[in-house]
Amino acid sequence: MTKNPVVVYDLRETTPLGLADFINECDRRLTEGERLLSLFGRNGGEGETAVAVTAVFVTESDGLSVLRGVAKKGDAYPALTLKHPSAHIYERELWEQTGVLPGGHPWLKPVRFEGARQQRMDDYPFFAVRGREVHEVGVGPIHAGVIEPGHFRFMCHGETVHHLEIQLGYQHRGVEKLLLQRPPKNLTPTVESICGDSCIAYAWSYLAALEALSGTPAGFETDVLRGIALEMERIAIHVATLNGLATDIAFVQGTGSYGRLRTAVINASQRVSGNRFGRGWLRPWRTKGLTDALRQDVRQTLADFAVDLRRMNDLMCSALSVKARFKGSGVVSTQAARDLGLLGVAARASGVAIDARSELPGRLYERAPMGSVVESSGDCWARMLVRMREIDTSLEWLFRVLDDSTLDLSGGTAAPVGADLRLAPEQLCVSVVEGVRGQVLLALETEADGALRHVKVQDPSLANWFGLALAVRDNGISDFPICNKSFDLSYCGNDL
Amino acid sequence: MFNFPKSIAVRKAQGTQYIPDLRAAVPGGYRGKPVIAEAACAAGCTACVDACPSRAIALDPLRIDMGRCVLCGDCEPACPAGSIAFKTDVKLSSTTRDGLTISAAHPDIDPIKVSAELRKRFGRSLKLRSVSAGGCNGCELELNAVGNVNFDFGRYGIDMVASPRHADGLVLTGPISRNMVAALQICWDAMPEPKLVIAMGACAISGGVFADCAEVDRRFLEAFKPTLYIPGCPTHPLVFIAAVMDLLGIDV
Repeated sequence: MTKNPVVVYDLRETTPLGLADFINECDRRLTEGERLLSLFGRNGGEGETAVAVTAVFVTESDGLSVLRGVAKKGDAYPALTLKHPSAHIYERELWEQTGVLPGGHPWLKPVRFEGARQQRMDDYPFFAVRGREVHEVGVGPIHAGVIEPGHFRFMCHGETVHHLEIQLGYQHRGVEKLLLQRPPKNLTPTVESICGDSCIAYAWSYLAALEALSGTPAGFETDVLRGIALEMERIAIHVATLNGLATDIAFVQGTGSYGRLRTAVINASQRVSGNRFGRGWLRPWRTKGLTDALRQDVRQTLADFAVDLRRMNDLMCSALSVKARFKGSGVVSTQAARDLGLLGVAARASGVAIDARSELPGRLYERAPMGSVVESSGDCWARMLVRMREIDTSLEWLFRVLDDSTLDLSGGTAAPVGADLRLAPEQLCVSVVEGVRGQVLLALETEADGALRHVKVQDPSLANWFGLALAVRDNGISDFPICNKSFDLSYCGNDL
Repeated sequence: MFNFPKSIAVRKAQGTQYIPDLRAAVPGGYRGKPVIAEAACAAGCTACVDACPSRAIALDPLRIDMGRCVLCGDCEPACPAGSIAFKTDVKLSSTTRDGLTISAAHPDIDPIKVSAELRKRFGRSLKLRSVSAGGCNGCELELNAVGNVNFDFGRYGIDMVASPRHADGLVLTGPISRNMVAALQICWDAMPEPKLVIAMGACAISGGVFADCAEVDRRFLEAFKPTLYIPGCPTHPLVFIAAVMDLLGIDV
C-alpha cells in the first residue's frame, strides 16, 4: 500500500478522546515507537473554552495517523515531555496557543510571544547560570548581517558556552489567523509568504491538502512538476547555506562560487515561474509546465551547474582550514537528535534517517524514488556534507525525471474537469512535504459548510532550534556562527 | 596536501561573473511591471480584485498599486478580457507612495527624483543597515544577493553594514511585527543624522499580504517616511539596484 504524505480524517466518524485518555494514548504510541510528527491545539470560537487537541504520528508500517482529543482552557495534564522529550516544543506551543497546561514541563516558555504576550519580549524567563566567573553574552534580535531577527543569550565560562538560550517570536505576524480571512482558493500567494525561502514546500503542502479535501487530487504530471520545483528550491537554498558556511570561515572562493552557482539555479526557476523563489509556480491543480525549450533550458542549466558545483565542493572538502573549523564543532549525538525529535538535515546529519520523501513517498516518489542521505558525526562538517550530498541526489533525480520521455511536462496542467474547490465538511487534513530543512506540515480543518475552521502551520525549524542550542554546548562561543549557519533555520517559519 | 590545483580549477571555472552593465541587465522571465490594457472592463466584473491576495487592485479605472502588489500574477489569468500582463521591466520604484500606482492612463511608475543633496552626500558611498521586521526572508535573501559576485553593488560604494552607527540608511523589510517595534526603533535611534529609510518589498511599503494582521504595527513609518519605495515580493536585486542608482543619480 502506498504511504501517502497526505491523510484526511473525518471528524464526524469518531468521538474525540478526553484529555487524560488522549495523553495516555499518545504515551502508549510513543512508547511503542511511533514517531510524533506534531501535537497542537485549536481554540473554540469566541467565548468557548473547549480546545481541540490533535496529535499526528508516523509509523513504518502504516504511515500517517491522526489522534484527536478534547480539553478545556486551563486543563492540566502530566507533560509528555517528561517521558518523551520530542514532545517538548509542541507542548510549549500548545500551552502558549490554548492555555492547556502540560504539568511538570521542564522548559515551559513562550515559543513566539503571540496573542496577549506580544511585545512582552522582555519577560522571557532566561535560564541563569550562577558562579563567580560565569558571564552572559546577549546578541540580537538584530544581527550583524542581513538576516532575520532573533535573540541569542549565551551563558559562558570564559570562552566556553555552557548553554545557549534562543528567544524567538520577533517575526510573528499572525499567519495562522490570516489564513482564515481569505477564500482558500486564493490563499497560495499568502502561503508562499510564510517562509519565503521554502515557497514551493509550503505551497505544495497546502495545495495537496486543499486538493485532498476537495476530493479531486491533482494529476500525476502536476506532482512531477511540483517535485521538480521542490528539488530546485532545495538545491538553491542548500547552496545558499554552503555559501554562508564558506563566508563565516572567510573561505572566500566558496563565497564567490556558491553565490553565482545559486544564481544560475534560481534564475532558471524564474524563467519557468516568473520568480526566483518559484512564487506563482504552483496553484490549485495547476503547476506551470515546462515547454520542450524550457525543459532543455533547465536540464542544461543544471548540468552546467553540477560540473562546477562538484569542483567547488571538492575544494571545500579538501581544504584544511575548512576541516579545522567544521570537524568536531557543534556535535549533536544520534541519541540527542532522536530524543529531541530533530527533523530534516539536522536529524540526518546526526544519523537519524527521517525524510518524508522516503517515509511517505506517495505515488510520486514511489514511481520515481528519491534516495535519502545520512551522515553520523552530527557536527558542522556532517551538516555541510549532508547538504552537498543531497544536492547530488536532487540533481540525479531531476535528470532522471527531465530525461524521462514518457512524462509529458509541457501541459501547465489544467484543473481536472468538474474539479471544484468546495471542501468536504468536518474534515481534518494533514499534509507533509520534505522541504529544504525538513518536514513542512500543514493541517487544515473544515467547518460544517466546508469553510476553513483552522490552519496549523509547522515549520521544521520549530523542532530544530533546540538542536542548535544543544550543539553549541561546550563549544567556544566563536564557533556559534558556524553552528548556527550549519543548521540554517528559519525564524519566520518558527514565528509565523 | 596543498589545494593549489583545485583552487586554480575553481578560479578558472568561475570566470568573470559580474554583470558589467547593471542598467542594461534584463532578468529573463521575471514577472515585473504590469501592463494594463486601454479597453474598459466589463460592467460588474471583479475577477482580478477577487484573485488579488493583497488588495492591490482597484477598478473604474483598473489600476494596480505596486506598493501592495506581490507580483504573484494571479490576476493575469483571472481577467476574462486579458487586460493585465506583466513585463520584465525592473523600473518599479518611486520616491513617493502615490507614484506607485499603474493604470492604462499612467503606465509607468512616477520616475524617481534624483536628489542633488543625496547625490552630493551619498553618491559615492552609501552604507545601509538592514532591519527585517516580520518578513519571510525573501527580501533579506535578495538584499544579500545585491552584494554577491553577480550584482556586485559594492562597486558603487553601496554596501550593507553591521552597525547602525556606521549606517546612512535603514533598509526595512517586512510589515513590522509588533514584536519588532521596539528593536526597530532602537536601531533607528542609533543611526547618526543625516539618515534615510528605504522601504523594500510590498510588506515594508504597505504590509503586503500581512496588511490586515493585528500582529503588525506600522506606526514607525508614519513617523519616519521612506525616501524610497522599492516594490516586489520579494524585491528582485535589479529592482533594488535600479532604484538606488536612480535616487543617487548614478550612471543615469
